[in-house]
Amino acid sequence: MLRRALPTISSSEITPESTYLTRMTRRGLLRAGAAALGAGALAACGADAPPPTASSDAQTAGPIRPTPDPRTPTASRQQDELGGALTPYASVTGYNNFYEFSTQKEAVATLARDFNPSPWTVTVGGLVSNPRTYDIDDLRKFDQEERIYRLRCVEAWSMVIPWLGFPLARLLREAGPTSQAKYVRFESLNDPKRFPGQRDRLYQWPYVEGLRLDEAMNDLTLLATGVYGRSLPPQSGAPLRLVVPWKYGFKSIKSIVRIDLVDAPPTSLWMAANGREYGFYANVNPAVPHPRWLQDSERRIGELARRKTLLFNGYEAQVASLYAGMDLARNY
Amino acid sequence: MSSVATAMTRRVPWRALAALAAAIPLAVMLVDGLREGLTVNPIQELTLRTGKVGLVLLVAALACTPLNALLGWRFTLSFRRDLGLYGFGYIALHLAIFALVDLGLDLDLIARTVLQKPFVIAGSAAFLLLLPLAITSTRGWQRRLGRRWKGLHRLFYIAMPLAVLHYAWLVKADLRPPLAYAVGVAVLLLLRVSAVRRLFGPRRRGVDYTART
Repeated sequence: MLRRALPTISSSEITPESTYLTRMTRRGLLRAGAAALGAGALAACGADAPPPTASSDAQTAGPIRPTPDPRTPTASRQQDELGGALTPYASVTGYNNFYEFSTQKEAVATLARDFNPSPWTVTVGGLVSNPRTYDIDDLRKFDQEERIYRLRCVEAWSMVIPWLGFPLARLLREAGPTSQAKYVRFESLNDPKRFPGQRDRLYQWPYVEGLRLDEAMNDLTLLATGVYGRSLPPQSGAPLRLVVPWKYGFKSIKSIVRIDLVDAPPTSLWMAANGREYGFYANVNPAVPHPRWLQDSERRIGELARRKTLLFNGYEAQVASLYAGMDLARNY
Repeated sequence: MSSVATAMTRRVPWRALAALAAAIPLAVMLVDGLREGLTVNPIQELTLRTGKVGLVLLVAALACTPLNALLGWRFTLSFRRDLGLYGFGYIALHLAIFALVDLGLDLDLIARTVLQKPFVIAGSAAFLLLLPLAITSTRGWQRRLGRRWKGLHRLFYIAMPLAVLHYAWLVKADLRPPLAYAVGVAVLLLLRVSAVRRLFGPRRRGVDYTART
């Protein structure tokens, strides 16, 4: 795990969004020359912006166009603590499992383009002594820090991502969980007008996820507001998402509107859809097989060969004690 | 179909058209590959695409016989074998990408995958059933096997449901696309049952029934 204070960026360093987006395309990169924007690294990894596809839904999503963060993607370091290189920004924001927009990972970014995450409020309630509805700007006032985390998707691919955010524990301490509070329940926005994928009633929207209170209080558990030094783009879960790096990616719920302290384990959307395959814990564990994907190895996006999947995604030292004495094959 | 239309279908180079149609998805993959349009996870994308194209071509091959029997589309018989072979080609590519590139020809990994994952078991079984059909698809083998050839090639009726099962077991949550294929394959197989076929069309197979009207 790596931490850095939020990098300060002078206005002269700011690249306009239009220039930035042009450069992020493959052709733009070639035109701009390999030196621009660390383009050498991006090109070498074969990363590319998602191909432009028609999106009639997104066009009519709302009259207010979102204002993307004008800052250039930056990170304080280029690798995680195990030496794994950061996944390029274009890959992180162009290959997303976000079924509220689309089940096609490459289609999400385009469909999400006009999603406006402002205004936005997050209600913290349930078994707490100080329930409160926060404006997203209030949450941005929590000290933001950079955390370079591995993200391991249950589909056996992975990335290394420099998030910006703050430990969930800080928000929970402010809320003051009562003695009955044992679990935390998270809920995403439920708005089929803005989330075209929610018009499909195949899933029980809204997206719900849950953590045990001690998991939620662990220092690794992050509420992210940004990535690569910028505000989260819509496809990455703007304006606020959870990041639980030792669990499969689907636990890291996006576009959160409610956080409730509860006394029983919440049923997540994926548990409801297929509880046999997606359990409450969903800890990254190479020893617990999945009916479909090989969980003892993974493909790091940008790499050809598979790499071994690490227990708790390599965060064993920080989280293994949470599960002492538990049968992880049964509590999957 | 009118007799004029029937006469016209004889002039269409069906086999060349089938070859062209089957080549297009491969060409698109190559172009996308060169333009980096295969997503940031190209191995998975290629595996999915080749599998899907293979399945579509095999379903098309399965449709030829009922189309001839029910609608008198005799021309479909001229490229039935081609479709089957092109479909098999894509499936072979699909398997090669999975075993050689994705799993890196790691025999231990392959063995565990084949034994552990139901969708791989179904897919491997379908491939093993298709393999002898592809080998014996030539006229030479047809002659050599005589009447047994037809029986052997009925393995296709087992391979196709297995292929659809492979697809269904692979899908994360939305079962509708594989279900659509399952319904399609079930209908095409049922239409081979003579009692069912009698309900919909002429009794004798291979007769250009509608041409006489």
